[in-house]
Amino acid sequence: MNIHEYQAKELLRLYKVATPNGRVAQDAEDARMITKEYGGKSVVKAQIHAGGRGKGGGVKFASDPDKAAEIFKAMLGMNLVTKQTGAEGRKVHTVFISDPVDIDRELYLAFLVDRVTSRVTLMASTEGGVEIEEVAEKTPEKILKVTVDPALGLTGFQARQIAFGLGLQGDSFKKGVTFLLNLYRLFTEKDCSMVEVNPLVITKQGDVIALDAKIGFDDNGLFRHPDVMAMRDLNEEASEETEASKFNLNFIKLDGTIGCMVNGAGLAMGTMDIIKYHGGSPANFLDVGGGATEDAVKNAFRIILQDKAVKAVLVNIFGGIMRCDIVAGGIVKAAKEIGISVPVVVRLEGTNVEEGKQILADSGYNLIVANDLRDAAEKVVAAAK
Amino acid sequence: MAVLVGNHTKLIVQGITGREGLFHAEGSLEYGTQVVGGVTPGKGGTEIEGFKVWNTVKEAVQESGANATMIFVPPVGAADAILEALDAGIELIVCITEGIPVLDMVKVKRVLPDYPKSRLIGPNCPGIITPGSAKIGIMPGRIHKAGHVGVVSRSGTLTYEAVGQLTALGIGQSTCIGIGGDPVNGTSHIDALKLFNEDPDTHAVIMIGEIGGSAEEDAAAWVKANMKKPVVAFIAGQTAPPGRRMGHAGAIISGGKGTAEEKMKALTAAGITVVQSPADMGRAMAERLGIKA
Repeated sequence: MNIHEYQAKELLRLYKVATPNGRVAQDAEDARMITKEYGGKSVVKAQIHAGGRGKGGGVKFASDPDKAAEIFKAMLGMNLVTKQTGAEGRKVHTVFISDPVDIDRELYLAFLVDRVTSRVTLMASTEGGVEIEEVAEKTPEKILKVTVDPALGLTGFQARQIAFGLGLQGDSFKKGVTFLLNLYRLFTEKDCSMVEVNPLVITKQGDVIALDAKIGFDDNGLFRHPDVMAMRDLNEEASEETEASKFNLNFIKLDGTIGCMVNGAGLAMGTMDIIKYHGGSPANFLDVGGGATEDAVKNAFRIILQDKAVKAVLVNIFGGIMRCDIVAGGIVKAAKEIGISVPVVVRLEGTNVEEGKQILADSGYNLIVANDLRDAAEKVVAAAK
Repeated sequence: MAVLVGNHTKLIVQGITGREGLFHAEGSLEYGTQVVGGVTPGKGGTEIEGFKVWNTVKEAVQESGANATMIFVPPVGAADAILEALDAGIELIVCITEGIPVLDMVKVKRVLPDYPKSRLIGPNCPGIITPGSAKIGIMPGRIHKAGHVGVVSRSGTLTYEAVGQLTALGIGQSTCIGIGGDPVNGTSHIDALKLFNEDPDTHAVIMIGEIGGSAEEDAAAWVKANMKKPVVAFIAGQTAPPGRRMGHAGAIISGGKGTAEEKMKALTAAGITVVQSPADMGRAMAERLGIKA
């Protein structure tokens, strides 16, 4: 799960990690007042989850309070297109007003769970404000890294190593070390999967400040953090995906024409792959879960069929321990309740597979029974043409 | 022979009094596994459907001689259940639980080297089966057939798919290991390949990977240097969009890394037969073994 910049900064403040003054403006007048409070100048920032906001026109400098109000009006409700949003862009629902700081240097900092070491890694670079992937590619020697032992946490010497590596001195050095130790505490206590501070700014006054911050959370850890869960913004998710999550379905919308309903994440990916292999294109990824209950099947059907681009549906259930007659019953019931307007290819595997196929064949619905995975893919691609 | 699990296995189930735990304890028993009981803290001394229940894993080991455990404890306590099994000296720990916080697994992984006699499989996996002998997990036993192909996979249902194809072609399996879909797990692709390489009863291996991380690339390098047996591979997620988590916590392309394309390239370069379609796993294995499909 991701959160907005303004929410990330609230969390940072909670952990005594320095960030610029800033708050969400309720309306244009509020934007004007906040800017006045900050000495007449401010940075007006659109709050969407995607990156690349600056280049897309979502971050603007206001040279006076009136200007801030004007920018606010234009920004709220605008459709912001950045390289991460795709061509359709993202509507701006929240605007954040930030107190400008005198930047001396811009650095980069991130904590993340490194899969290779199975530990938390702290990454830093003197190349702030640019994308870390770019730095990693062009000048890998400029990336500093320490691996954190979970039994010890980030140690003082490791924090000093990074602070020295970033060229911090005197008061800034001390502030930098505290910054790192506090940020690590936030990372582990809130079950984050990634915290990226880009840029980390050293001000002309020597302060060490998170000018921007992106925090991602481990979905598996959310049950421990109702406060974090309350920060979820449904505006940032595709509506079908939100609905699917209510039923514990794993759903991701794609731009093809073949709806997929599969049990198990690996098989769901594999099903998308085989559709492509046979010349079709998947409209979604959908994992109904290893169990695939009748209810899950029904809700999955409804969500898939809401997508007008869907020209055919492939149901691929490798039941394993589940009984196919029950799954088949669920499919027929779903068809009856929701009504199906496109061809549906069903491939069932599991206990009582013959009974299951018979139920589908006898249902009177336009259900095409497939014998195996290849057969299913060929049939659904043909049906979608 | 086969690897890790067989007639010598004495299994307990942690979380045996839960619905899933009990159901699969019975499933494993029906398949022929020696299930000696289970553990649920606070329910020690009772019995459930004929299974003895202990309060702690240590007690269970002392009284039953258990050497393997299957964990169905919910995510909030699952990492702790793994630690308890390690402390009790269990050799084979199979964690089925899905949804364990990754930082909990980071801690578990930190202490695994302190227990060199123990092996962790999973979490978030279907388990492990030696067809015709024993199973520890949630996979359907009847689709398997005893034989000589080892299977290792990050995905449950895709493993069933591979096994189903092999069995339909009359090709049996030595052992099938589901290593799970989480970013931080116990047994890796390489660990499983090593076991299969050394097992005289395994003649070839199907390896099923997916997008995210670099475990498949690492396995490719290991195969190239060490593997004496033919390997067939499939990578799920060739059509997955970058930056999205595809159901499994570990299945995500981030920062342009972990794509199926990169993995397939590395595997092919290591002499592995990589199939583009998941429907071709069995057939490709038949070809590598010189069996007419």
